Formats: sequence, C-alpha cells, structure tokens
Amino acid sequence: MSKKITIEPVTRVEGHGKVTIHLDDNNQVAQSRLHIVEFRGFERFVQGRPYWEAPVLVQRLCGICPVSHHLAAAKALDVIVGAGTGDGLTPTGEKMRRLMHYGQMFQSHVLHFFHLASPDLLFGIDGDPALRNVIGIAIKHKELAVQAVMMRKFGQEIIKATAGKKVHGTGAIPGGINKHLTQAEKDHFLNGDDPMNIDKMIDWSLGALEFFKGYHAQNKDLIDNFASFPSSHVSLVRKDGAMDLYHGVLRGVDANGKKILDDVDYQNYLEYIDEEVKSWSYMKFPYLRSIGKKDGWYRVGPLARMNTCDFIPSPLAQKEFEIFKAYTNGKPNGMSMHQHWARLIEILHSAEMMKELLNDPDLMNGELTVKGTKGREGVGLLEAPRGTLFHHYRINDDDQIEMANLIVSTTNNNTPMNTAVNLAAKQFMNGQTEITEGMMNAVEVAIRAYDPCLSCATHALGKMPLEAMILDANGKELDRKLKNG
Amino acid sequence: MSKILININGKDYSAEPGKMVLDIAKEVGIYIPTLCHYEGIKPQGSCRICTCKIDGRNMTVCTTPATHRMVIETNTEELEKIRATIVELLFAEGNHFCPACERSGNCELQALAYRYKMMVPQFPYIFPAKDIDAKNPKIMIDHNRCILCKRCIRRKQEPENPSWFVFKDRGNKVQINLDHELTADFDDELAQKAMDTCPVGAIIRKEKGFDVPIGSRKYDKNPIGSDIENQGVTL
Ligand code: SF4
Ligand code: FES
Ligand code: NI
Repeated sequence: MSKKITIEPVTRVEGHGKVTIHLDDNNQVAQSRLHIVEFRGFERFVQGRPYWEAPVLVQRLCGICPVSHHLAAAKALDVIVGAGTGDGLTPTGEKMRRLMHYGQMFQSHVLHFFHLASPDLLFGIDGDPALRNVIGIAIKHKELAVQAVMMRKFGQEIIKATAGKKVHGTGAIPGGINKHLTQAEKDHFLNGDDPMNIDKMIDWSLGALEFFKGYHAQNKDLIDNFASFPSSHVSLVRKDGAMDLYHGVLRGVDANGKKILDDVDYQNYLEYIDEEVKSWSYMKFPYLRSIGKKDGWYRVGPLARMNTCDFIPSPLAQKEFEIFKAYTNGKPNGMSMHQHWARLIEILHSAEMMKELLNDPDLMNGELTVKGTKGREGVGLLEAPRGTLFHHYRINDDDQIEMANLIVSTTNNNTPMNTAVNLAAKQFMNGQTEITEGMMNAVEVAIRAYDPCLSCATHALGKMPLEAMILDANGKELDRKLKNG
Repeated sequence: MSKILININGKDYSAEPGKMVLDIAKEVGIYIPTLCHYEGIKPQGSCRICTCKIDGRNMTVCTTPATHRMVIETNTEELEKIRATIVELLFAEGNHFCPACERSGNCELQALAYRYKMMVPQFPYIFPAKDIDAKNPKIMIDHNRCILCKRCIRRKQEPENPSWFVFKDRGNKVQINLDHELTADFDDELAQKAMDTCPVGAIIRKEKGFDVPIGSRKYDKNPIGSDIENQGVTL
C-alpha cells in the first residue's frame, strides 16, 4: 500500500502548480512530482497580430520579468526585419537595450533574493512563519530591507529611462530602440543623491555578497546540501566565453564540465533542443537532442551561467566569480542553494555593466534603428533572470504572426525543479505522514531557489499558496493543510 | 452678415451665425470632446460624445449651427456623466488592448478614457470575435479597435480622395471594408493620411510601430482638450 501527499497551490489566476509526493508503505518518499499548469495561451493569442506588436504584447506573460520577454521578442524580430542576428544593431540600439536588460536583471534578482528568498535563510526553513517573510526582514534586519527597496527602485528607474515605463514599456522595437538616454537621466543615475546612484548600488551589491558568504560559512549544511544534485547546465555565453546576459552563443556543459553544446548559433536551436511531453504534466520537458530524452535535461539560470562561462567581464564580479569557482575547484556547481550566491554575483555584475554603459556616449547620440532585407522567421534568446528564454516567431506575407514558440526559463528548468523538489521532500518528509509547516516550506524553498513564483510559466504573480494533502492508497484523505503565499 | 450673441456656460459671446457651436466654443477656449467629428469632413453627429445642453435640450454641437440668443451648457455634471458612459460603452463593445496598440498615447478614445478617469469597468465587456484585414501592403485594419465612427468613409467626400473605405454588413455585424483594388498602390503618405483619419488604432500603417517613446506621444504631455482649454481666448 502506498500513500500520496498532494501539495497544491490554490491561486485564482490562470495557472498554478501542484506537488504530489508519493510515499511507500514505510512512509519513505518514493517519488515527487511538480505539476505546473503552463500558460501557453500567449502563443495562440499573438497569432494574427502584426509582428511589431509582439514585444509589447508578450511582456504581459510575466509580472516579474516583462522586460525579458519584451527584449527577447524584439531580438527575434530584429532577425525578421533584417537587422542581423544579434550583432547588427546600431551602437545606440544595442547599448540602450543592454542597459534596459541589466536594469531588469538587477531589480528582478534583488526582488528574488531579498524579498522572496532571504527570509528563508534568515529565519530558517522551519522558522516562525509570522517572521519568515519580507515583513520579518524589515523588523529584524532593517538595513537590508531598506537597501532592497532602494536597489529595486534604481533598477526600475533604469527600465523607465530605457523602455519609457517601469512596467510594460515600449522601448525595444524591431531593429533597435525608440529613444536615447537624456543628460538629466545620465546624471541622475551616475551622480544622484545618496543612495540613488550607481556607485552606491555597486557598494550594496558587494555588501549583499558579504552577507551571503558570512551566512554560508555558518550554515554550510543548508546551503551546500539542501536539494543539491549534479546536472548539465546551459546558457548563452559571449563568443569568447565571457558571461553575457543579453546575447551570445548557446553553450552547454555536463556535470563534469565537459562541453555538450559547443557554442552554437541559437537561430538553429531546434536542431539541438527538443521538448518532451509527459502525461502527468502540462509543462513540456526540454532536453538536448544529442543526449536524448532521459539524460538530456539541463539547468538554466544564475547557477548554470556560472558553470558555463569562462569569466565575467567586469572586475568586481570576476573576483567574486573566482571565489565561487574555487569553492568547487573549478568544477560545475550543482548545489541548488548556490543559485542565490550566483544571483548575487550577477547583481554585482549588472551594476558594474550599468555603470559602464551609463558612461558611454553612444547612449545619448546616434542612430536608433536599422533595417535590412526582410525575412519570415526569427529566433531571439537572452538570459532572463531565471534562465535562458527562447522566443521564436514566423510571419506570413501580410506581416501577421503565423507561429510563435516560447520556451521560458521555468520550462527549461522543469526537470531540475522536479529533482530539487524530490530531494527536499526526501530530506524533510521521510517517515512522516503529518504535514508540517517546515515540510511544506522546504518544498517551496527548493522551488524558490529556481523560480520565485513560477510566474512566467503559469502567469501567476508573486504568490505561491500551497495546499497539502495526504491520501491513502484508496484515495481517502488523511490530512490536509493550507498555506497562503 | 451681422454677428449674433450666444451664451456659453453663463458667459456671452458674439459669433458668426450659422457656425457650428462646437467650432465657436473651440475658438473661445472651451473644449467639447468629439470622436466622430474630424476637421474638414462634413459632421454626421453619430457618436453623441459632443452632446451639450442647448436651450435646455441635449443636442450634438458638431451638427448644430449657432443662432441668436442660444444658451449652451457644455460641462454640467450630467453631461460629463453621459460622455463618460459613451466612452466606456465603446471600450466594452470592442477589444481595446491599449498597451499593445500603436496608437496608445495618440488615441482619441484612450485620451478621453483618461479625461473621464475610467478606472473600473461598470459594464460587462463583450469581447467580440473580430479579425484583422492585413491584405494591403501599407495599412492594416484591426476591426477589434474600430468604433465605427465612419471618419474613414466620410473622407471620400473630399474630391481628391477616392472611396477607400466602405461599410460592410449591417447591425452588430457591420464593419469597415477596405477597397483593396483602389488601395493596392498606396504610398506611405496616403497610408499615413488614412491612419491619421482614424481616431483609434483601427487603421495602422504596416511595419511602423512604437517608434515614438512613451512620454513624447501626443497625449502624454498634453491631455486631450488641454490645447483648447489653455488658449483662453475671449472674443
Ligand atoms: S476604421 Fe477608424 S475611422 Fe474608420 S470607422 Fe473605424 S474607427 Fe472610425
Ligand atoms: S463628435 Fe459630435 S456626435 Fe460625434
Ligand atoms: Ni517571468
């Protein structure tokens, strides 16, 4: 006889996920599965729309990373309007988009780490639920809470200056960007009154890393062992192997660091990546064709990016990267909670890149767009905060979108998140049939290391309420607990 | 001909007889919203948004010529309520997804929704199934956004313009139809003219979108009507 525990979010928005944990007769975890109802509606919704609307339409996909969708769609359309496959934009077009992207990366990572994940660290997975949230941080660690708010604000202002609005702007258009940076904006970001200037942002990013490393030293077991597992990793890297969050070639490495995707042109991603459908999940499971369905899955996101790139092209982040790499002797790092460490290094890198761009005169002058020979089909990839994001469009003779294929970060991380949830369940649930708060939260913490809210894939915003159920072999309910996100 | 005297919102103005009340109000700095009306096209008075109280009766001022001793109220609470309702009904009848529309920030309907602070919908949205006519090489007609004001059709009355647009079907199925033969060799200038005629984003040029950044669009800086209201001329 076996029992089944179901943890099911009860959100009223379009998508939701649910975790089922199957126990064997000895109340040991036999298998866990993360079910996410993927929101694929957008791929149908954009069909028939004029192609230049895609960047503004698709950002509605996600409340957390609209800018990533905005830019990925624009990159795909660059190809269609003949503006090249990533290197054909004007300096102004490319750099304004990059600034927008780093602003987005910065603010999204800050939200992810400080607002959503750090409460788990500071108050413990089994900590008092009344404290283990962003309010708890504000009470106990006032400084951190204040910094988090200001850092997010800074990133959002960068987005506004490049996209026109903090959310759902229009900045990126096929072939480039629709505005320059003004002198006033530049001065504000570079020399604004403390703390709202880029130097302070870099300072605070360094401070956040110090905080994490200190925490890590005292909580090695949690950070190193919780939901840790080896895997392959995939991300874009610059042609020379540098970290590049906006553009590059697709690189994959296996758990030993061996290259399994050798810096390929992502316009041909379908030759390398396929998606498997499984009966028990609405969300597809991407895998590398060369390795096959069973073992071809991979991780994307901050941790994967640390594992794929050779170096980080900004000095402070490079120093942190070296410390990070040394921790695993240069080998790929599979520790789920190190996602947060990697995330903090990327916060620092984004801040450094913003500073470099803000000092670049190309942002304030120069041609905004280019166009060339029109094509029918284009693919746009970038490294979104939570991992590689794929946008692929084909248009008809009348400029209407005929086909759209989106692989969001969460989908790329489908198998890894399942693996992490399985491990968390094994670690925290074995031998129990009662649902505890800590047990439910452990599953959530595992998911949260990858994705704070499953937002892209499910269209749910910021919340992850869970319902947990234990069922016996006959489907009779033994226990049920509800937890609001 | 000698001038006549009319009273708008309690103030006397001298005006040319026969001139539309709408135009006189505009000259003296009083904004009355319009949608189906377009400068240079014969008014038809179909959208009713310009409704004012004239000698105690609700009348559309785009089609009402001024007469001596006429008393006009343009902005009573009741009238503003009527206008807000008209705007919202237009939203409920179509599929107006402003953030993804090229005319956003430049759209008369959206600008009026802002003017009347349309926040929470009070009518059920119909979500009609509509499509796009994208056959023309220079322009698209997005029926989702058409408010059937006929500005595009009525413009044919100008001698230099052939009838590019016609109404097709009737009742709630009625929609704008583009004459594909006449418009086959549209150039950019004509395409722009057609787009400018439309108060909303139902007629849009192809391959041109969102190139004016947020903040620089027509109504971003100057809300609809503010140009007239700020001129403050008194005759
Ligand atoms: S297409 Fe535009 S101008 Fe023509 S009727 Fe519709 S809304 Fe009016
Ligand atoms: S503007 Fe007068 S009725 Fe439409
Ligand atoms: Ni997202």
